[in-house]
Amino acid sequence: MTPASMMKGPDSLARPGRLQAATAWRAGGALALLAAIAVFPLIFTNALVTTIAVDTLIFVAAAAAWNIFSGYSGYISLGHAVFFGCGAYTVGIGARDWQVNGTAVFALIPLAGLVAVAVAVPFGLVALRVRRHTFVVVTIAVFFIFQLMAFNFSFTGGTTGVAAPFLVWNPSTYNDPFYYLALAIGVATIGLSWLIRGSRFGLQLRAIRDDEDRARGLGVRTMRVKLAAFMISAFVTGLLGGLWFYFITQVLPQSGFDPAFDLSVALMAFLGGLGTVSGPVLGALVLVPAQQYLTEQFTNDYLSQIVLGTLFLGVILLLPRGVIPTGSEKITSWRARRTGQAAAGQDAAGQAAAVIGPDAAASGPAAAPPGEPGAAAGPAGKESAR
Amino acid sequence: MSALLRAEQISKAFGGVQALSDCTVEVERGSITGLIGPNGSGKTTLFNVITGYEHVDAGDVYADDRKITNARPERAFALGIGRTFQLTRIFPRLTVMENMLVASQHRGGGRWRSPLARAGGQADRRRAMELLEFTGIAGHATALADTLSYGQRKLLELSYVLVADPAIVLLDEPAGGVNPSLIQHIAARIRDLNARGTTFLIVEHNMDFVMGLCDRVTVLDYGTVVASGTPEIIRNNPRVLDAYLGTTEEDDEPAP
Amino acid sequence: MGRQIYEAVVDGVLVGGVYGLMAVGLTLIFGVLDIINIAQGILVILGAYLSYALSVHLHIDLFLGLLITVPAMFVIGVAIYWAFMRPLRGRERTSMSLLASYAVAIILEGILYWIFSPDYVQLNAWYVTASVRVFGFYLPYIYLFGFVLALVLVLVLYLILYRTRFGRSIRATMQDQTASRLIGIDVNRVAAVTFGIGVAVTAVGGMVYGATSGGFNPNSGYDLISRLLAIIILGGLGSIGGALAAAVFMITLESVVSIWSPNWAIVVFYAALVLVLTIRPSGLFGRREVRLQ
Repeated sequence: MTPASMMKGPDSLARPGRLQAATAWRAGGALALLAAIAVFPLIFTNALVTTIAVDTLIFVAAAAAWNIFSGYSGYISLGHAVFFGCGAYTVGIGARDWQVNGTAVFALIPLAGLVAVAVAVPFGLVALRVRRHTFVVVTIAVFFIFQLMAFNFSFTGGTTGVAAPFLVWNPSTYNDPFYYLALAIGVATIGLSWLIRGSRFGLQLRAIRDDEDRARGLGVRTMRVKLAAFMISAFVTGLLGGLWFYFITQVLPQSGFDPAFDLSVALMAFLGGLGTVSGPVLGALVLVPAQQYLTEQFTNDYLSQIVLGTLFLGVILLLPRGVIPTGSEKITSWRARRTGQAAAGQDAAGQAAAVIGPDAAASGPAAAPPGEPGAAAGPAGKESAR
Repeated sequence: MSALLRAEQISKAFGGVQALSDCTVEVERGSITGLIGPNGSGKTTLFNVITGYEHVDAGDVYADDRKITNARPERAFALGIGRTFQLTRIFPRLTVMENMLVASQHRGGGRWRSPLARAGGQADRRRAMELLEFTGIAGHATALADTLSYGQRKLLELSYVLVADPAIVLLDEPAGGVNPSLIQHIAARIRDLNARGTTFLIVEHNMDFVMGLCDRVTVLDYGTVVASGTPEIIRNNPRVLDAYLGTTEEDDEPAP
Repeated sequence: MGRQIYEAVVDGVLVGGVYGLMAVGLTLIFGVLDIINIAQGILVILGAYLSYALSVHLHIDLFLGLLITVPAMFVIGVAIYWAFMRPLRGRERTSMSLLASYAVAIILEGILYWIFSPDYVQLNAWYVTASVRVFGFYLPYIYLFGFVLALVLVLVLYLILYRTRFGRSIRATMQDQTASRLIGIDVNRVAAVTFGIGVAVTAVGGMVYGATSGGFNPNSGYDLISRLLAIIILGGLGSIGGALAAAVFMITLESVVSIWSPNWAIVVFYAALVLVLTIRPSGLFGRREVRLQ
């Protein structure tokens, strides 16, 4: 029994044709979904429905953007509302002070993104130097600073906030431009998220998440990488803030800088699967309508809050890794049981259940011959026995 | 002196504990040098000091006659000093191949590649696979590092340290907690690499491993060098025996 | 002017002491369990409401009522830990516990809204309105009593930690969980009790807060937790002395600044935190980031 044969892994990804087929299916599915989403407002013209739809899309993009930073780097930020609020106020103040009206206001939205990035730089330079636990709190602290500034400064309108200029559009299709703009931002963000994940940049981010010091020791420029992700995430969130402001026609300190925003976004990402591409999307698609439904059902505000919190807690306790990774594992182990043989697979989202090769640890006797089915266990995240 | 690595008169204290005291260790180019000593004798601290994970209180570290005292870990790595840890450090949620690619960040030389480019170009991946085949875990290339067994992780850590083509590799207990045939495997790989020119400095408790593999052995006790020489000399050195027998219980004592 | 500053400083120190007690509870939880208990803020409010209920409906004196509320909060703390924190495992444990405690906080807030409505209430007693003339200005008795009580409790906590066997177990667990397990310490029990203690102190904090804040409602929890978090970060996560020092320092700073501008005083609070972190990322007394294994 030579060590060499012990080291041979299972016959993974043996059939390239199968992989190609899977990818084709996935791509086709995504396109179909996109087409369906694109025509949605043309079919469901009820303003109430499309309003929820716009909300959903905004959160899909926000969750994806948040994930680009927090999901990949592992630094949980509860201060992204800072960027959202800054974006909202930028468009509001810009429209107010520069007398911008009508569709021209949309031109201010990219500015919203840029302002958010400008804030992200000093924010990140301070916050990213501290440990993860401290980082979360620093983001909360900065969030409160901004909310308080919004309340206290006169150019932000204080407690009355800023109102959006009127938009004289046809009420029945009023929501549509917002819908499509949110959709465009969302698709672009998801695409960016996917690109990053497969890229060198994404690899460095994920290495930072796993073992930042070791990554730094191997030459990864951790501060630069983290800050870059932070800035990208901030830019998109700022854009969304600007869009949202114009959509609901008003921003107040507590609505632009809303603690529930960060919580919701974090929950969506966790629910779907932190650090995956599709996870945050799924999370948002599930949670936004759910939140809406709850608010309708439980006219007692407080009851809906209790239910939301319980839901939140349930997700964290029962699905700690989120739907996508857990689901993907279940599918893989179900497949493994079906074919009666241990399988190793990897889906594009990057989460996998993999087989532990014949154990070479000291305690075992001479290891099993190669190719023997090991336990179909060891999903990502579970602490493997040492 | 053809010393590739030189730690001269290093002193390092942690609070009241003097971990290293006027400690001088030299590693000759092309050698496999062993660093042994009872628990607490300062071996890992010396590693940490050399690779920049700890700052010295006094003394200097020279790599190829260039002073690198207190350089940051990434600088040591860039200068060709690779290092593994006692408790293996890998990136658990990355695949084995991705682990390798993290380390290959800087082999591309001056050519700027877009950060959004696919992680790991052809050349990087090919080299990574070569190394994985060399150490024997190539079959797990697409598996998450988390799923590897203890021994496999050790091999992974060794593999990715080798990506940067280091001139010298510091191994912290490479044979710890690993079964005998895997130990032989690791020893064989070290010999192969050494034959191709890589220098090694190895901390180990497993005496058979050290004595069978190393050209030179340095013995630390209470943070200072008590003996240095070929395995035969060390084996019979009364001060070494004293260091081991006099302090903690050791499973592997030097053969009398 | 000088008189005003003087008064603000005294105010700040006295109130800071009480915040310090609550902050110590929070940082202790972090030190032993690696958990950032976001629910600490709303738990203080819960403590305040409990005192309120006892005082208004059962006419029990606020301080005497503590004999009931402190053990009650302890039990609540242990229950929260056991039900929601202990099951969390794995790599992302700290982030998950943060979110879990945030969820608990939201639930608690909702429950409090439901039971007590969003109306502002305040705790009352003779010593809340009556003041004593001290150092040339009038100081409500409650400030003094609260401060003394907080000091006593911190002392008690100190004695527990440093003079009892159980306290030693707590400190050992703070340093190294695995090693503690190996020498026979029931880490789960230590964790549960520590969480309970950390929450129990909010009963006292809640009572004093309820009496001195000028009115509170369930929403006040946010303001509280953000201050407490800022305090323990500034002091250094896990450092008890740091939490105390930071609490007194920041509350006093805020108190002094509010002479000129009450609105901006609270911003200064957070700005101080950010400033300190820029210079010293691990807080004033925090442990240096561990780079090795």
